[in-house]
Amino acid sequence: MAALDAAQVQGASYADIRLSHRVQQDLIVKNGRLASVSDDTSEGFGVRVLVDGAWGFAGSARLETQEVEEVVRRAIRIARASARVQTTKVVLGLPVTSKGNYRTPVVRDPFAVPLSEKVDLLLRADAAMAAVAGVTVREGSMEFLKDRKVFASTEGAFVEQEFVESGAGVEATATNEADFQSRSYPNSFGRQQGAAGYEFIEAMRLDAHGGRIAEEAVALLTAPQCPSGIKTIILDASQVALQIHESCGHPTELDRVFGMEAAYAGTSFMTPDKLNALRYGSREVTITADALSPTGLGTFGWDDEGVPAQRTYLIRDGLFVGYLTSRETASVLGQASNGTMRADGWNRIPLIRMTNVNLEPGTSSLGEMIAETKDGVYMETNRSWSIDDKRLNFQFGTQLAYEIVNGKRGRMLKNATYAGSTPEFWNSCDAVGGPAEWRLWGLTNCGKGQPPQLAHVAHGAAPARFQNVRVGILK
Amino acid sequence: MKAIESPGLTEATSLRAFMEDIIERSPADETEVLITEQDGALTRFANNGIHQNVAERNATVRVRVVKDGKTGVASLNQLSAEAARGVLARAIEIADLQTAGETVPLPGPAQAATVNAWFDRTANATPEERADFVGAICRGAARHGLKAFGAFSTSGGQVAIANSKGVFHHHRGTQAAVNTVVMGDAGSGYADRSALDVASLDGVELGEEVIDKAQRNQQAEPVEPGVYEVVLEEYAVGELLEFMSYVGFSALALQEERSFMRLNERITGEKVTIWDDGLDLNGIPAPFDFEGAPKQRVDLIREGVAVGVVYDQQTAAREHRQSTGHGLPAPNTEGPYATSLFMAPGSVDKSRLADGIKRGIWVTRFWYVRVVQPKASIITGMTREGTFLIEDGKLTRPVKDLRFTESMLEALAGTVALSSTTKLQASEYFGAARVPAVRLQRFTFTS
Repeated sequence: MAALDAAQVQGASYADIRLSHRVQQDLIVKNGRLASVSDDTSEGFGVRVLVDGAWGFAGSARLETQEVEEVVRRAIRIARASARVQTTKVVLGLPVTSKGNYRTPVVRDPFAVPLSEKVDLLLRADAAMAAVAGVTVREGSMEFLKDRKVFASTEGAFVEQEFVESGAGVEATATNEADFQSRSYPNSFGRQQGAAGYEFIEAMRLDAHGGRIAEEAVALLTAPQCPSGIKTIILDASQVALQIHESCGHPTELDRVFGMEAAYAGTSFMTPDKLNALRYGSREVTITADALSPTGLGTFGWDDEGVPAQRTYLIRDGLFVGYLTSRETASVLGQASNGTMRADGWNRIPLIRMTNVNLEPGTSSLGEMIAETKDGVYMETNRSWSIDDKRLNFQFGTQLAYEIVNGKRGRMLKNATYAGSTPEFWNSCDAVGGPAEWRLWGLTNCGKGQPPQLAHVAHGAAPARFQNVRVGILK
Repeated sequence: MKAIESPGLTEATSLRAFMEDIIERSPADETEVLITEQDGALTRFANNGIHQNVAERNATVRVRVVKDGKTGVASLNQLSAEAARGVLARAIEIADLQTAGETVPLPGPAQAATVNAWFDRTANATPEERADFVGAICRGAARHGLKAFGAFSTSGGQVAIANSKGVFHHHRGTQAAVNTVVMGDAGSGYADRSALDVASLDGVELGEEVIDKAQRNQQAEPVEPGVYEVVLEEYAVGELLEFMSYVGFSALALQEERSFMRLNERITGEKVTIWDDGLDLNGIPAPFDFEGAPKQRVDLIREGVAVGVVYDQQTAAREHRQSTGHGLPAPNTEGPYATSLFMAPGSVDKSRLADGIKRGIWVTRFWYVRVVQPKASIITGMTREGTFLIEDGKLTRPVKDLRFTESMLEALAGTVALSSTTKLQASEYFGAARVPAVRLQRFTFTS
């Protein structure tokens, strides 16, 4: 509180301070041995100030009174420098005065689970992969995170939160002279992660899936190439999650829309003139930003501006109806923030980040979608992803694919890719799986901002089907 | 500990005493202490005004212990005596919880070169100086009816590593970087610069380049996707090398049969020579790696022939050879990484690279590049902020950004010419590449 008082005395019209203490444990088992275990702790504080309508921020790991005073002075000086090159003054809208506590619900604290239990599970999964001839590299990993945060502002907000995350995954790779194929479970990007305790890991049953993915990796080496053409495609839920992330989550970030990320992450085709007018997708497509979803990596009590967690619509029955916003950007549209500002640690400013951006469940099922498809490709687990800076032109690849012929799953296919343009693609969606196949997928590698920040976000998704999609893109 | 050398950084002798104290206290058979410390600031601008402006001080101490054949690693971003005891105890605790396995050998003492990569004026750059620098870019854009966006960063940092075999290395360096996009109503341009010395960044020249690019890149029309002869500016070539390093230049990738490198075989055109040199001040130097091994220059591709990959302690031990000084911080299962890349220039002035191209594409930069098939070195990505049609050797009009899907090796197999000058391209995350602009005979645009 002394820091906030000092900031006001030095001319800040608004100031906030965030303290964070984050512990992360990582384990990797590779080729039958424990390859690494590490515990990393990062703690510090960051002070954000508004002076003359311009932002300044400074942070330090040195938790000493003298350093707090120095950091406040630095933030104030930076804000005054910002004001030298200013086109519009920042307006935050109505004050935010949130108070309270939030803790991730946890059944088994992952930091209390013996290391031997974690390693043993990874080794069992490794042994299952090792039993398959032809697998050349096996890897399994776990990550656990506990972040205690305190936020206070000159408007009177004061919230304390404790977040716990647990994640794990396994991957099998098979190689020959010409090729290299990998399969992973439950997801790619190293692991599946959730805001939960060790029970989240236990539910994955990594050891039960090791053998299957190993067999698939070996089979992919000799599988035929995914054919090129225009096809019906069915995506598994994890690939739908990434599709949501790249082609709906990012373009609805209002800071991108206003050019605040233009020199790095890019802008957005979803400009304000399209709000409540753009037919983004078919009527099957309803997408929400829901910071209240259980086990979601984007679930919290309050965002890093103290705004309460909430559920809002981005796309409703195919129509573009909302953005992810902050206090500053929402004010420009005459709205209140819907609470999506999060920072990657004490030493970064909060940015608009996806919370849990979810494709709401439909009424179909994977089995029904396949049975209804004459000529198509089923694709599973992301392998590559790329999209342009306005979030229109995309190309994705998956680890595994199967041809679909006359309503039945056919041959395994390798190196499957598909490409398209965002609204055209989502408008071609004619089926989404129901609640039984819907789940949250946690992503821990969402990059944005300068200096770069990585956010942990989640996407609820079920398998979905899309018509007339270009597949098998070859060089 | 006393901070004297520059704002926020700890004195080197204090760091050494701090690290040696941890090593002396350690009951482990082998102990390594790695400290990274940084004081940096970044001024970000959009729509011709500063909208984000940040600074931070941070330091991390990372301790690796090997005890009875078991390894433990812990880190903490505090440099107090209490923190040192805590992080050592946690590393020992982690090691004790394990069963014995393969350990990564720690290097012994070896002389690392001293590289002067520190410039006081970069470390001491003020927020006012950064604001004035970006203000000039913004005003320049506004004068032309355009809008500027970007970021300007200055930082000073240091790395120190010590181990129980007697290794101690210390290096400090500064870095300044600016990138900017300038937009008009119907198109945009891009430019960036990086340097150790902030005074060598020429904001006027940068502004002229990006404004010129933005003015020429308005009202772009599409062209048919297909195979084109291309000129890639240094921005695109730097990203290409970064992906080659990520996919193929590591000994681990080769040992695990994931790399496209086929040693002693021709894999690109003979005009292509690429190496890694952590001691060259024309890059962003780092005289030793994060395991304490001195950096060696490593030739990777010489006149089109794959001749080498980079090693860390573990991959070198497997082949009974010395590390080349490319190890990452422990624990590391990703393998070594080449971070100081250089590509040999050619003899053609950059402005003449398009000469003689009947119909081709000029690419300013790539965006969102990802690996599609690593062993075939196939990547995909978009062009961005300055893609032009070349007709009869001239850039005739801007074209809509294109998606490419291409094998890096096959593209470089058709290297026709390289510019006589090179440019330093700092990586978004780690390391840098000094590269020329290149002209390639065939490049596949897929949409």
